[in-house]
Amino acid sequence: MKEIIVIIGGGIAGLEAASQLLKLGYSPIIVEKGPSLGGHVAKWNRLFPDMTPAADIVSGLVESTKEANIFLNTEISFINRLRDNYNVKLSNGVSISTKYILFTTGFRLFEAEKKEEYGYGVYDHVLTNGDLEHWFNTEDDRRISERDIKSVGFVHCVGSRDEKARNSQCSKVCCITAIKQAIEMKEKFPDAEIWCFYMDLRLFGKKFEDFYTKAQRDYGIHFVRGRVSEVSEDINSRVIVKAEDTLAGKPIRLTLDLLVLMSGMVCNPDCTKTAGMLSLPLDSDGFLKSSDNVLHITSSPKSGIFYAGACTGPKTVPETLAEARSAVLEIHSHITGK
Amino acid sequence: MIYQGKQKIWSEYQKEIPDDKWFYVRSCIRQNFFPASERMFMEICRDILKKDFYETEHHTTCGGIAYHCDTIPQETAMTIVARQFALMTEAGYENYVASCITSFGNYTEILQTWEEFPELETRIREMLWKACRKEFDKPKYLAHASDLIYKYRNLIAEKAKFRLVNKETGEPLRVVEHIGCHYAKMFPSKGVGGAEYPYVLAGMIEAWGGNVIDYPERRHCCGYGFRQYHVKANRGYSISNTHKKFESMEPYRPDMIITNCPGCPYFLDRWQYVIAEMEGKTYGKDGFGIPVFTYEEVAGLVLGYNPWDLGLQLHQVAVEPLLDKIGISYNPQEKYKGLDSKDIMRPGLPQNLKCF
Repeated sequence: MKEIIVIIGGGIAGLEAASQLLKLGYSPIIVEKGPSLGGHVAKWNRLFPDMTPAADIVSGLVESTKEANIFLNTEISFINRLRDNYNVKLSNGVSISTKYILFTTGFRLFEAEKKEEYGYGVYDHVLTNGDLEHWFNTEDDRRISERDIKSVGFVHCVGSRDEKARNSQCSKVCCITAIKQAIEMKEKFPDAEIWCFYMDLRLFGKKFEDFYTKAQRDYGIHFVRGRVSEVSEDINSRVIVKAEDTLAGKPIRLTLDLLVLMSGMVCNPDCTKTAGMLSLPLDSDGFLKSSDNVLHITSSPKSGIFYAGACTGPKTVPETLAEARSAVLEIHSHITGK
Repeated sequence: MIYQGKQKIWSEYQKEIPDDKWFYVRSCIRQNFFPASERMFMEICRDILKKDFYETEHHTTCGGIAYHCDTIPQETAMTIVARQFALMTEAGYENYVASCITSFGNYTEILQTWEEFPELETRIREMLWKACRKEFDKPKYLAHASDLIYKYRNLIAEKAKFRLVNKETGEPLRVVEHIGCHYAKMFPSKGVGGAEYPYVLAGMIEAWGGNVIDYPERRHCCGYGFRQYHVKANRGYSISNTHKKFESMEPYRPDMIITNCPGCPYFLDRWQYVIAEMEGKTYGKDGFGIPVFTYEEVAGLVLGYNPWDLGLQLHQVAVEPLLDKIGISYNPQEKYKGLDSKDIMRPGLPQNLKCF
């Protein structure tokens, strides 16, 4: 009988893991609380740095998991330990007995309205990075369509590296996402002035630095090193941004047509709940704590429980996919005893 | 502007305000600038709403101005505050309400500091005992006086004779609300509505019929800023801040401004005269300024009090156009009459700002 592996979360980590497990002859079961697969990436339009269509990545992964058992719109009701196995009870009434559970529960975007000073949900033309990707996909957002866009601002680190927001971690992908989105907006609105407000630019990944150079040189995007202090709205519903330009050593004030907040990654609260059923520890950043952050990032402190992707912290798409493969290899080693 | 977004934030910043039995402490300066405001507060609470509000002549300054001007250390301010709490304890009250925003901020900061550093509270207790042989309980509830009027806003609306409505057009008045910086900017959870979109004055304006204006520099300081004004060489900063606010609110054509801080109404009112003299610019209609009120004065107006009994003749900016707009009657001949019709003399009139 094929070994059953329960994968909690049908995002790209879960899909990639399922795909690899199928190749190794196992029987993965994906439990996804939402109505569709692909997680956050499925909602994204294009991926940095090569502007790869996100839909292509997701559809490829979904195609490769056709043989897996997948439960959509399904949550974990409870998990308990029965001898050597875990009993996983699903919200659809199904019970699964398994020795192996892989958490691929991902992240949640920081709720930008918590940074009240930025006015998300209060001012008409303040969006998040997620909203902008939705618009790239659908072109359906009156906040953008109702006005002639001549200026756009991007605020980096919204809810990341922010003690007040109780998220001290860097969300890792926001800098490059802001640059990507800034370029995309410039392509859509060639006459618009685009401003990025950043603390540091953390461009660690392959071709990220080139992308940044291209944004400045070829697209004329302005990068201002300094945090936005407050956002307000003028009588024409234009967004007024006050910030500090720390390189010029002076405060600045800009009136913009659109402001995009780069919401960071925080741990998925559903994941925390499920992890609590197994007494799995959380790390100081609120994400799941691996048994070792260097050698065993995909292992939990509990036997048979594994992690992949952003459930242990912010990650890029390639890192997430690589980690899913790594977790599968770890599970395979356990099963085969090698 | 998405009103529901603000409502969501307001719902997260609702503070518990007991209905009755308060120990009231006045401001050092408000009675000089807006002489009837604190009396009006007590009259509304005690005489109209029949609540138990107690005050004592032994109360002193809280030390807030000196503290924020960096002329006394926080321990000194704490010992002064400890003495005020001792007065409350001696009077048998547990709920403490301050008239002054800076005092409110001072009390909030001190209570929070004692929470974080209990050893400091112990030291202050020792210092108070050495200084004046007093002991104190900390207040169970701390409020600013505007919190109370916010709480009673609907009761006041029920008894109101006037509403913040243009009597000719029936349109709500366009009202700027200005919140003192020390109300919630330091501790957002201690203010009704939080720090970014405070609801304490907006709630009064809505209950009394007006429309709240949200303009870009709404959060900006009134211009007082303590050292901006008290250090004479810095006064240019003070007026430039006030100027910035008026330039920002001008396109919205406000009918009036309501404030909840001792310094804010003073500076927003008086600097309009200076701006008019310096630049020849006025922000109201036909050469008038935008009248600035304390929330107690506005409560008094809607309840039907005589504007001159509310001390509105001490404002720099003429209030008469607004009174006419609402339909509040007044006798121009009595404007500069004090108690027992004593003549309190007429001020000189500015050149550029129209006044009566």
